[in-house]
Amino acid sequence: MTTKFEVNELQLHYGEFHALKQISLSIPERSVNALIGPSGCGKSTFLRTLNRMNDMISSVRVDGEIKLSGTNIYDTGMDVEELRKRVGMVFQQPNPFPKSIYENVAFGPRLHRKPGRKELDEIVEKSLRGASLWDEVKDDLHKSALGLSGGQQQRLCIARALAVNPEVLLMDESTSALDPISTLKIEELIQELKKDYTIVMVTHNMHQAARVSDYTTFFLNGEVIESSPTEKLFSTPVDHRTEQYITGRFG
Amino acid sequence: MQDKQRVVKPHIAEEWVGKIYTLLCIFFLIVTIFSMVYFVASKGISTFFLPNVNLLDFLTGLKWAPEGSPPAFGALPFIVGSFTTSILAALIAAPLGICAAIFMTEIMPGVGRRYLQPVIELLAGIPSVVYGFIGLSVLVPFLRDVFPGQGIGIAAGAMVLSIMILPTITTIAADALAGLSHSLKEGSYALGATRWQTIYRIILPTTLPALLTGVVLGISRAFGEALAVQMVIGNAPHIPKSLFESTSTLTSVITLSMGNTVSGSPHNSALWSLALILMSMTFVFVFIVRWLERRSKV
Repeated sequence: MTTKFEVNELQLHYGEFHALKQISLSIPERSVNALIGPSGCGKSTFLRTLNRMNDMISSVRVDGEIKLSGTNIYDTGMDVEELRKRVGMVFQQPNPFPKSIYENVAFGPRLHRKPGRKELDEIVEKSLRGASLWDEVKDDLHKSALGLSGGQQQRLCIARALAVNPEVLLMDESTSALDPISTLKIEELIQELKKDYTIVMVTHNMHQAARVSDYTTFFLNGEVIESSPTEKLFSTPVDHRTEQYITGRFG
Repeated sequence: MQDKQRVVKPHIAEEWVGKIYTLLCIFFLIVTIFSMVYFVASKGISTFFLPNVNLLDFLTGLKWAPEGSPPAFGALPFIVGSFTTSILAALIAAPLGICAAIFMTEIMPGVGRRYLQPVIELLAGIPSVVYGFIGLSVLVPFLRDVFPGQGIGIAAGAMVLSIMILPTITTIAADALAGLSHSLKEGSYALGATRWQTIYRIILPTTLPALLTGVVLGISRAFGEALAVQMVIGNAPHIPKSLFESTSTLTSVITLSMGNTVSGSPHNSALWSLALILMSMTFVFVFIVRWLERRSKV
């Protein structure tokens, strides 16, 4: 299995605060990777280093390297917009743009080139099918995205991310604001998506990590405590802190 | 039981004092507003009971000679003057104000909040006579040198007004931009949008109703401003053929003539009619703003 992300000695500071300490981790291609840990342990911060969303916070300093298919994304010559096109992201709260469903999905492709009407129609359909939303919205493509339910909005955000044809999909607690049925739908979708995409997801729900991921990484106080195949991490954790966390003794 | 009542009683009294006091204040406000509207309206409408004056002629007539014989009451030049100066002022100030607001909130929020916002709020506090004076002694000579004409007129008025309404437009735009949910911007950046793509395609369209609210409030302020305009517009009662020729606005003709008329005379009543037009337009602006605000909430 080829490696998608290779993280070497990554350090991140928010001003004086040392948020990520010596993170080294590899993320295999076409797999689902869950990041777990208590609140404030740095898992979301780490996720945001993978598409450089932390760049927007001026007090953040990043050291070390993250290689995406062999190139360090923190190199000075890196095109951040191109990186974010390759590494898509879905957030905790569904954040559709206040535009029509069609316009939401077409937003990404239009940023990077000028696709024709027909090509765009195809991209929109393919992306919505990819996010298992097509059948529910195919007759309402030009209605406002804000009229959709929370679960539908989140799948629209997934479709929007798929429309720019990324290699990786980052999900930042993307089901935590949803009801159980919508959550289940998205978990099923993740199983479909991993055939074509590498998925890195932050979740505060250990059961979700156990259900959907192939690999799990446990974060604590800005450090990676343990990272292994999900089954192994949950059945025979090596570190006693991992064991304490997954058995619910803190966090 | 007795103890309890002793504790509760002053509390209830306090409630009542507060209630009655606020009620009196709001009553006073409402009475003031209604009597002002009634006063202006009754005075203004009285013009139309004069012989040879009717509403249509008043609104569309070109000749303003209230002391002539026979007197003529054509207010169109003032209406045109007021609208052209205010709308031109908004056309100048809106792009400047909105771009300044983008800079303050999106490009350099730290510097924007700490230095630019106070400076722009300072602009709002400068008395209008100062604006008029600067317009008269700097802007008018400049326009006279560069363009044919005397320099006074709609162009000078609109420029002075545009600076006066810049704080209104900028402050409201900056508030709207700063209030935009961060998650929308993140969604755009996460798709690989650049900062300008995010501003053009997400931030501006989403905040458009609020930005327009600022522009309409600016126009409304420009429409009502009298002193600064009067100092640079020339005050000739006719529709000018160019932007650099003397003309008047509703406000400037009222401030200039009001002191020279006798209460109850036709001239005096005609000025009240102009005030009534001004007031009605202000109501229209308020309604537009309300409507825009309702839309921006959806």
